[in-house]
Amino acid sequence: MDLSVIVNNLSFMFGGLVLTFQLALITMAGGLLLGVVLAMGRLSYRRWLYYPATVYVHFFRGLPLILVIFWLYFLSPVITGRSLNEFSAAVVSFIVFEAAYFAEIIRAGIQSIPRGQILAARSSGLTALDTARYVTLPQALRNMMPALVTQAVVIFQDTSLAYVIGLREFLRRVNLVDAREARSIELYLFAGLVYFLICSAGALYSHRLEKRHQRTC
Amino acid sequence: MGFLNYTFDWSVLWRHPYGTMLVKGIWTTIHLSLLAWVIAVILGIAIGICRVLPPHWVRFLGGTYVQVFRNTPFLVQLFFWYFAAPLMLPQTAQKWLYDNVPDYSYWAGVAALGTYTASRVAEQFRSGLSAISLDHYHAAYSTGLTTLQTYRYVIAPYAFRIIIPPFTTEFLTCFKNSALTMTIGVMEVTHTAYYIDSFTWHGLETTTAASVTYLLISGCVVLLMSFVEKRLHIPGMIIRKS
Repeated sequence: MDLSVIVNNLSFMFGGLVLTFQLALITMAGGLLLGVVLAMGRLSYRRWLYYPATVYVHFFRGLPLILVIFWLYFLSPVITGRSLNEFSAAVVSFIVFEAAYFAEIIRAGIQSIPRGQILAARSSGLTALDTARYVTLPQALRNMMPALVTQAVVIFQDTSLAYVIGLREFLRRVNLVDAREARSIELYLFAGLVYFLICSAGALYSHRLEKRHQRTC
Repeated sequence: MGFLNYTFDWSVLWRHPYGTMLVKGIWTTIHLSLLAWVIAVILGIAIGICRVLPPHWVRFLGGTYVQVFRNTPFLVQLFFWYFAAPLMLPQTAQKWLYDNVPDYSYWAGVAALGTYTASRVAEQFRSGLSAISLDHYHAAYSTGLTTLQTYRYVIAPYAFRIIIPPFTTEFLTCFKNSALTMTIGVMEVTHTAYYIDSFTWHGLETTTAASVTYLLISGCVVLLMSFVEKRLHIPGMIIRKS
């Protein structure tokens, strides 16, 4: 074990961690937005909304993320006429992919509210929008919070796949340092530890949300 | 067939030598995921059992395994198995490995995918076991069955049926995660699609073919497992997970 290799390259590697966080945050925001739209489609009675959203969700949940990244990478020049830069290629494929998972979490959260409540709200004179605003969504949001936080942890781990298109996020930088210093054991254990600490914090938070939620029910 | 400034050439999917490459890639994806799945189920169930045994240190070990493997990205684990693990072996073993195992990346992929999926399988197995209400155990014990008999004749038949759907999902995750082994050079279908692009510039067609492969195989697995589930269904068995 020679830890000096980690100390000497710490600032270089943590520079990648900043990019990893950026990737994760943008993906979460974009994925949530697109996920809400898809979930609304999945819950819709209108067939022209329901079927496209359903096909979208099943399609992307059936593919490995790495393949989606490549696919977009090959497809984008065909559509736009020029290739995307690495960062936008990664962000777009992450958002497109994770939205399918967010959509299912949101849909399950909304469906966890008994139908009777919605009927009661509507019959007491609330509009559909008011029902969503005051009855369904506040409860649904609380129900889906633990799953959303877990998904955020998954996304944080998934950003390491940006490695394949050469984006210099955390894992790529660790890999670059290893190529120069040939200290695989120390470096990959270190990378694992950093991811482990961050993801454990997220997992713990999700667990606590769930516990708190069970108590209030 | 023209589309904007791109001419599709689907013949890269069967033209010599790319057709054979793709078939080989698909086959590698299949046997790599199956091998990893066998490891994952055996190891995962063992760890799942560890997590419910009485001794504290056994539970702690099981819990630690699951936490460590679930809270680090699979790609990091893959790199660890491929780059770092051989260096931890003694010199002679290392030399033997480099001399005699030409497709080490394949075996590193199997080991990484198997041990990673095991942590997920363990969690599913444990939650499957905890979905069986304590009343079943009490009822079985009070009729005079021993612990072993209780598990053999009462709990196991239930548990087996409960875990079919989550295990199907985990197998599909394992199957999809096998694509990541391309980063260490395994020639599975995603890597093959990318590789053919470097000769032909027709990566769009090959990645589409790879996508169709994943979707088709996943679809077949889901159909098969829902058939198995229906065949094994016990009339009247309703178990709700709380």
